[in-house]
Amino acid sequence: MTPSEGARAGTGRELEMLDSLLALGGLVLLRDSVEWEGRSLLKALVKKSALCGEQVHILGCEVSEEEFREGFDSDINNRLVYHDFFRDPLNWSKTEEAFPGGPLGALRAMCKRTDPVPVTIALDSLSWLLLRLPCTTLCQVLHAVSHQDSCPGDSSSVGKVSVLGLLHEELHGPGPVGALSSLAQTEVTLGGTMGQASAHILCRRPRQRPTDQTQWFSILPDFSLDLQEGPSVESQPYSDPHIPPVSKNAKARTRKCSLVSGHGRENKSCRGWGWGQGF
Amino acid sequence: MFVELNNLLNTAPDRAEQGKLTLLCDAKTDGSFLVHHFLSFYLKGVSLTMARERGQLVFLEGLKSAVDVVFQAQKEPHPLQFLREANAGNLKPLFEFVREALKPVDSGEARWTYPVLLVDDLSVLLSLGMGAVAVLDFIHYCRATVCWELKGNMVVLVHDSGDAEDEENDILLNGLSHQSHLILRAEGLATGFCRDVHGQLRILWRRPSQPAVHRDQSFTYQYKIQDKSVSFFAKGMSPAVL
Repeated sequence: MTPSEGARAGTGRELEMLDSLLALGGLVLLRDSVEWEGRSLLKALVKKSALCGEQVHILGCEVSEEEFREGFDSDINNRLVYHDFFRDPLNWSKTEEAFPGGPLGALRAMCKRTDPVPVTIALDSLSWLLLRLPCTTLCQVLHAVSHQDSCPGDSSSVGKVSVLGLLHEELHGPGPVGALSSLAQTEVTLGGTMGQASAHILCRRPRQRPTDQTQWFSILPDFSLDLQEGPSVESQPYSDPHIPPVSKNAKARTRKCSLVSGHGRENKSCRGWGWGQGF
Repeated sequence: MFVELNNLLNTAPDRAEQGKLTLLCDAKTDGSFLVHHFLSFYLKGVSLTMARERGQLVFLEGLKSAVDVVFQAQKEPHPLQFLREANAGNLKPLFEFVREALKPVDSGEARWTYPVLLVDDLSVLLSLGMGAVAVLDFIHYCRATVCWELKGNMVVLVHDSGDAEDEENDILLNGLSHQSHLILRAEGLATGFCRDVHGQLRILWRRPSQPAVHRDQSFTYQYKIQDKSVSFFAKGMSPAVL
């Protein structure tokens, strides 16, 4: 069984969900929260890309390389090119072992590729970069990286590029999130209820109206997907009147943001971490 | 150390997981009992005074050190030297103090097991003028050293002031939440003071080693702090009302 055939094994619906997230290429925004983490889905997409024979690069800023690789078998791990920006991301050790120019330098280097092999770049996390880099600079680099396979007049056939960006929604204001959203071909917003996770998927296909769907799922220990029907209406949790819903507080406390140059003023957060669903 | 809390967390001093970051948060209440729990959890059976004398406990007294750095001339970099600098950009000296303190001391005695870094509390650094991202960077480097390199554990306390205007604290709290393996959030009751119920504790496990671990993700309990212990019970199930 070839890697591509192996990647297409499994339930058709599972493949449909993962395929729909990777099919368009470009920037895929994975929006997670404290309560519904997105790294597992990021790893599931990384595994899918690796099994499809793509070149897979990981920009690891938030967790160690060992932690990210945990759960992948050796076949998958051997296909991953890991750029470690966890140990010394700010070069406090003054050695610049990871990569000159840090994560942004590594991203910019990927803009210069001429390889025809399709590539997937996983950013773990996009939030880490957005907190420390100017939003405009990051957006420019992301646009250049994720659209290098569609440059007009370019005679070289650069392979399809997918950029998977993990974004922690509570950390950023609507301005930066909106800017990234406008760049994304696909947006996945993670949520759930009663212990079941859901993904709201918004796809922006060229010259078509955006489509959206909600998929209930769980991620298995080997980072394959198990698609589910979702909770019944009767099993929805009783809303505790003493616990304010997260969305209500987040809306009440979110302030208007504008894309102002400088790191700190852009990163205005939403108070959305109170796990406000009733228990 | 509160045995009931250990039971809720399904842990014990002799079988604690390693390489983990635990975030303690308090909102409209005093969460220091959680700090005391973890301090005695990791120093079980050892008095604090004795641990300090043996070098097992390294204690940076922030208030006293702040007075030193402000009113006394410093020849060497000080962990809190950002207090003297008009535009202190990062907490690298504080991290270097932590890293130095974790180096094993060759005293001929048996080496300690994995280290623990306990920070009480990070909100003070924001109050002293550091930005949220600078504090997150400090914790990032501590996590890389303590949790990843030395396979130790970290416990940090952050206050949630409830101030909707405090954006820096929000960024710090949410940023740390995403990095944490376990979050314990102590909250005052929405209905105000109660003699028999002092608050409620929310427990959230994050980042399990396997994504489909059969472990309930979050729990909420109410609690009552007594002289030498804390009792936990399901919401509305205080012994006083049963």
